Amino acid sequence: MLVHSKAGRWAAWALFAVLFLPLFALPLVVVVAASFAGHWSGAFPSDPTTGHYAAAVRGESLQALTTSLVTAVVASLLALVLGTWAALAAARLGRRTKRSLDALFMLPVAVPSVVIGLAVLVAFSRPPLLLNGTSSIVVLAHTVLVTAFAYQSVSAAIVRLDPAYEQAAASLGASPGYVLWRVRLPLLLPSLTAAGGLCFALSMGELSATMMLYPPDWVPLPVRIFTATDRGSLFSGSALAVVLMAATLLVLLAVSRIRTRASYR
Amino acid sequence: MSGIRFESVSVAYGGHTVLDSLDLTVEPGEVMALLGPSGSGKTTALRAVAGFVTPASGRVLIGGRDVTHLPPHKRGIGMVVQQYALFPHMRVKENVAFGLRAHRTPRSGIPGRVAEALEMTGMGAYAERYPRELSGGQQQRVAIARALAIRPGVLLLDEPLSALDAQLRSGMLAELARLHRELPDVSLLYVTHDQVEALTLADRIAVMDRARLQDCGTPQELYRTPRTEFTASFVGNANLLPVTVAERGAVFEGRTLTVGPAGQAPYGIAPGATATLCVRPHLLALGEGPNALRGRITEVQWRGSTHRLYVEVAGHRIKADLPELRETPALGDEVTLHFEPRDAVLLTAGVSHG
Ligand SMILES: Nc1ncnc2c1ncn2[C@@H]1O[C@H](COP(=O)(O)OP(=O)(O)OP(=O)(O)O)[C@@H](O)[C@H]1O
Ligand SMILES: [Mg+2]
Repeated sequence: MLVHSKAGRWAAWALFAVLFLPLFALPLVVVVAASFAGHWSGAFPSDPTTGHYAAAVRGESLQALTTSLVTAVVASLLALVLGTWAALAAARLGRRTKRSLDALFMLPVAVPSVVIGLAVLVAFSRPPLLLNGTSSIVVLAHTVLVTAFAYQSVSAAIVRLDPAYEQAAASLGASPGYVLWRVRLPLLLPSLTAAGGLCFALSMGELSATMMLYPPDWVPLPVRIFTATDRGSLFSGSALAVVLMAATLLVLLAVSRIRTRASYR
Repeated sequence: MSGIRFESVSVAYGGHTVLDSLDLTVEPGEVMALLGPSGSGKTTALRAVAGFVTPASGRVLIGGRDVTHLPPHKRGIGMVVQQYALFPHMRVKENVAFGLRAHRTPRSGIPGRVAEALEMTGMGAYAERYPRELSGGQQQRVAIARALAIRPGVLLLDEPLSALDAQLRSGMLAELARLHRELPDVSLLYVTHDQVEALTLADRIAVMDRARLQDCGTPQELYRTPRTEFTASFVGNANLLPVTVAERGAVFEGRTLTVGPAGQAPYGIAPGATATLCVRPHLLALGEGPNALRGRITEVQWRGSTHRLYVEVAGHRIKADLPELRETPALGDEVTLHFEPRDAVLLTAGVSHG
C-alpha cells in the first residue's frame, strides 16, 4: 500500500476493518459459529458440539464432497483446455472476428446460470445426446459455465505476452508448435493456473444450474447444503458449508503454490 | 557462405509505405550496417529478411535462395533484437540450446555447442543463471551466443547495443568485431542509428532515410566523399553551404572558396550551377587561412576535449569542432574560421534529399 505516514496507515487499516468486517468476515464468522452450535436462541449460540462435523464427513455428505471435488476438477481442467485453445486461436484472428468470439464466450457469464442449466437440460434430454440423469450433464453444465472465465483470463494474458519471445524463437528455427509448447505455454503458465483456480472455485460453489440437472446419484455439496437448510437443519448445513469452504481454500492454496513456483522459475 | 539480397523490396503498413523498393546486396561474410534516423525503415528491412513482415512487392534472397514467402523458422538466420528477448523461464544454457533443440541437433552434440557459443561471448561462467540474474551487457552476450549457436549463415542485429551505456557499448563493439574475425563466413546485417557504431564495425554502410536507401558505400567513401547531402550531414555531421560553382572554386555569399586539389574544376560541375559545399566541423580551424569565413559566435559548447562553436556567417549557422580552447570565446565575438580546400566536398544541388 502506498501510504507512508503512520496516521495514514492507521486510517487505511481502520477503513479496511470497517468495510471488510461487516461485509465479508462477519457472515463467515456466523456460519462457523453456527456449525458448532447445539442451540441458538439468544444472541449467541449455546451447547457447543462437533457433532455436525462428524456427520458432515461421513456417508452421503462425504460422497457429496467427493462429487463436488470431482466435478470441479474435471470441469475446470476441461474449461482450461478449451478456453486456452479458443484464446490461442482467437489471438490469430482479425479484430472483428475476435470480438464476436469474445462476445460468444461472454454469453455464459451474462446469461443467468439457471438459464444455462435449463438450456443444457433441454438440449441433452433427447437422443442422440441423451445425458439427462447422468453425472456427465452436471460436469457439462459446469464446464460451459466456467470456460467463459478461462477464456477471458487466458485471452488477457496472451495479449500481454511480448511477441518478441515468439519471434526470437521462430528466428532460432522453432516451428509454431514448438514455440507454443516450449515458449508461449510456459510463459502463460502463471495465468493458466490462476484461471484454473478461478474455474475450480466457481464450480465448487455452483448451485443454480446444478439444481436443475443433478441426478440422485450425483449430488454436489452446495445442493446438499441447500436441502439441509431447506429442511431446517441450519447447523448441519453450516458445518457442510464450512467443509465446502475449507476444501475449496485448500485446493486454491495448493494451486497458488504451483503458480508462485512457476513465476519464479 | 550466404549473403543477403533485397530486390526492390517494398513494405507498407495500411497503405503507408515504410520501405520503398530497397535494392541492396550483402556479400557473403560482409558486415553491412543499416544506418538511418528513427523511423527510416531499418527495422522493417531487417524484419523482411527474418520473415516477420511480408513485402508488398520484391524479393528477399538468402544465400541465393528466394525466401520471400518462407516462414521465419525455415530461413536459417540468427537474430538479436533490441530487447534481447531471452526466454525468462529458461537458464542461460537452455536459452542457448533452444535453437539447437528446435533444429533437432543430436542430443549428445548440444552441450558442446552450447559451451562453445557461451565461451565465444565470454559467458561460460553464467550457464546456470536465469536471464533476470544477468546485467544488460551480459544478457546481450547471451542473446548473441543464442543466435550464434545454430551457426547461421547470416546474423541480423537490430540495435543490439542501444540498451547499454557508452563505455560498455564501445567494449561490445570491439567484441563484435572480434567475433566476426572468428566467424569470417557469417554475413552480418547490423541496424543502428549511431554513426560511430556503423563506422567502427561495418565493411559497408547503407544509409536510409524516409523509407529509402539514400547511399551505400564503405565507411571511408561515405565519410570523406559523401554523394548526397543527407549522407554528408548524417554520417559526417557536415556543414552544408549553398554555393554557386565558379571557374575555380565555388562562390558562397559573395566569397570565393577553393575546393578540392588546386586548379581543377571541382567534380566536373559546370560553372554557374548551384551546388552544396560540405565541410565537416572538425576540419574547420580558427584564424586566418585559406577559405576564411568571418562570423559571430551564437553558441559555445564545451565537450571536454573539444569546443563546439556555432558561428553565424552571412545568415548561415556553421558548426566548428575545435581542440579545447584555453580561453573560452564569448557569445557575440567576431571570429574567423578557415578550412583546407582538400577537406571540402562539392555536391550538385538537387540530387539528394530523397
Ligand atoms: N507494425 C507496424 N504498424 C504500422 N506502422 C509501423 C509498424 N512498424 C513500424 N511502422 C512504421 O514504419 C516506419 C519504419 O519503422 P521502423 O521500425 O522500420 O523504423 P526504424 O528505422 O527501425 O526506427 P528506429 O531507429 O526508431 O528503430 C515507422 O514510421 C513506423 O511508425
Ligand atoms: Mg528500429
